[in-house]
Amino acid sequence: MNDFLNQIQLVGDWLTSSSQWHGDEGIPRRLLEHLTYSGLSLLFAALIGLTFGLLVGHTGRGAFAVASVANLARAIPTFGLVVLVVTLAGLSSTPVLIALVALAVPPILINTFEGVRGVDPATRDAARGVGMTGWEVLTRVEVPMALPLILLGLRVAAIQVVATATVAAYPGLGGLGRFIVDGLSRNDYELVIGGSTVVVVLALVVQAVFTALRRVVVSPGLRAAATKS
Amino acid sequence: MNDDEPLVRWQWIADHAAELADYTAVHLRLGLLPVLFGLIISVPLGILCHRLRRLYPPVLTVANILYSIPSLALFMIFVRYTGLTEQTVMIPLTLYTLSVLVPNVVDGLASVPEPVRLAATAMGFGTVRRVVQVELPIAVPVVIAGVRVAAVSSISLVAVGQLIGQGGLGYYITRGLQLDFPTPIVTAMVLIMLLALTTDALLVLAQRLLTPWSRSKVTAA
Repeated sequence: MNDFLNQIQLVGDWLTSSSQWHGDEGIPRRLLEHLTYSGLSLLFAALIGLTFGLLVGHTGRGAFAVASVANLARAIPTFGLVVLVVTLAGLSSTPVLIALVALAVPPILINTFEGVRGVDPATRDAARGVGMTGWEVLTRVEVPMALPLILLGLRVAAIQVVATATVAAYPGLGGLGRFIVDGLSRNDYELVIGGSTVVVVLALVVQAVFTALRRVVVSPGLRAAATKS
Repeated sequence: MNDDEPLVRWQWIADHAAELADYTAVHLRLGLLPVLFGLIISVPLGILCHRLRRLYPPVLTVANILYSIPSLALFMIFVRYTGLTEQTVMIPLTLYTLSVLVPNVVDGLASVPEPVRLAATAMGFGTVRRVVQVELPIAVPVVIAGVRVAAVSSISLVAVGQLIGQGGLGYYITRGLQLDFPTPIVTAMVLIMLLALTTDALLVLAQRLLTPWSRSKVTAA
């Protein structure tokens, strides 16, 4: 227990020391790099995942392919992918982006697809019955109804990306993982735990942002029905 | 990397076949034991959360917070207590499985139709017998859907453990980077993916054998 309190004390000291907040090696710079990797890869992953998820969910064709691709992508070891692309293409932020996109696509794709497919067929028929076109059914009925699941997929992807972007530091790239990897090689436990704490806080902020987003964008009529997760 | 270096040197794989097999076995143990431990924790915890609904949100929050801790960081935290051992990799991986397994156990139990529950009670099943013999079997498809996600991600995460010297096939990933030689990296990745996909297929099979009454597909969220 004492040991645990000591750790908290260490982290507190590390986080509040002014050298952490200034210069090239400080938290703001690393945080910015981390957010850039995470934000860009989430954006690309959302473009891919949402497009194919909506397409397949709406048409009902290719469901098996979507499940297989998502499963295959989940099996790719992110750490290996980062290292492999660095070995092949040299040190740049591209390997990190490729690996993080591969990590983030499956949850977005699967949840979007499940969300759209899970819309009650009677509701879909009713929408067609009142004269909506395919596009209108998708944008005005299926997407709003699938929104809780789509947001869940985006949230899971965002948290995984934020946590995994730390791996980028291993082959020599930036981001908050720098603190962890450098601390490890220098045997500086304070640095390792301090860096980890910043990543955890960032992940919690992401979680909170998505919870808030859900309150704002999900239709009130659906909120009661989808309180779980 | 040298430009005429091929992506895969087949001779290297042939030369290292025995060693690769050893590391594959270690990898499988490091990846799958945590899922087993996770299940041993999640089933009772899930039953408890299902019965005491108030317990569920805090448990889920804790599991989600654990899940958001980067694996690298969690390994480091445990190095202080368990050293550079296999436990240091397996304890964090076990904790990660909880954020998938606990909700799936709870959702699985919630998927038991109320009439079934009532019928079991009416037939004289006590609470314990009803949960074990009626509710858990009905929950199996949803629970296995969670186990599939947990197993696949656990197997692929083991590789990161190499940074504390316990990464199973991850050994070849760091080795390849040090030598600037892609063959070991590609080989390790392909083997890891094969392990994950084979495990996934076996779990689908297990589900079919365990729930002969339902052949309907359950997909993971």
